Amino acid sequence: MLKDKLIISSKRFNSRLIVGTGKYRNMKECAKAIKLSGADIVTVAVRRVNITDKKKPLLMDYIDPKKITYLPNTAGCFNSKEALRTLRLAREIGGWKLVKLEVLGDKKNLFPEMIETLKSTEVLAKEGFKVMVYCNDDPLMAKRLENAGACSIMPLAEPIGSGLGILNKVNIKIIRSQTKLPLIIDAGLGQASDATIAMELGCDGVLVNTAIAKAKKPFDMALAFKNAVIAGRQSYLSGRIEKNLMGNASSPKKGII
Amino acid sequence: MKKIKKIKIKLNGKAKLIAVNCKIQTLINELNIPVKKVAIELNQEILDKKKLKKIKLKKNDKIEIVHFIGGG
Repeated sequence: MLKDKLIISSKRFNSRLIVGTGKYRNMKECAKAIKLSGADIVTVAVRRVNITDKKKPLLMDYIDPKKITYLPNTAGCFNSKEALRTLRLAREIGGWKLVKLEVLGDKKNLFPEMIETLKSTEVLAKEGFKVMVYCNDDPLMAKRLENAGACSIMPLAEPIGSGLGILNKVNIKIIRSQTKLPLIIDAGLGQASDATIAMELGCDGVLVNTAIAKAKKPFDMALAFKNAVIAGRQSYLSGRIEKNLMGNASSPKKGII
Repeated sequence: MKKIKKIKIKLNGKAKLIAVNCKIQTLINELNIPVKKVAIELNQEILDKKKLKKIKLKKNDKIEIVHFIGGG
């Protein structure tokens, strides 16, 4: 297990848990939860600087981008133009090339708009970005994203922030079987065991935000997700037993009194 | 006292009056913005931060200054 690292675009990460930095009560809580989660990568959003309130705490003052990899995300973008603009700006802030593309198609269910996502992936890959792509759990679309130059496939479990967990394990397994790219479950997880299931399906990692940030005890949940991801990965690598319809006693029959 | 002529620009979506011939660097300094932690767009074009001292702002220019915040 010691050598079992998450590798994205030739970069090695110790933790297979990626966490979002949104929805926390304050920056201090966010920073502590991230520390407890053991995450090496955090997603961040690109937004206007608050010109009027300069005392507002800055993310970079709480989470050091030299120690934790910032993964700029296009959350809130509803077309390719907005997403490309956002990531080009993100790159300008500090040279970030590893980015997360997320183009949404519907304000209520927040499902990804896959046509715009595919278009954006092609453009970004040509511009030298390393694009981790949020997508639906359609194996055909996942293949197209891979062909378009994605460096990681990030299918949703269920809608962003829904906490429903993984409802379509079959599709995730099919995507796993067809790609060698890092496969990361992004969105919809509700509790630590959901992360374990994702890892046991063979995913390379999970991305969690709401399930930690909005838990009654975010710090404990951060730790729970850390352990759940490790447990799931170990379980996957250990090779589970076959499923049987009938029972199979654990104690020998010989010597029964 | 000589009155300084002002022009109107849009900064992060809001109207702002600035002195004529004001350079972007001057505006950034006035706003006390840490340049290393932001990206700057002028009329939807990303600016090279090394050139901020050279660019003069014009009437109706649109500037966007963005940074990273918490997000999923």
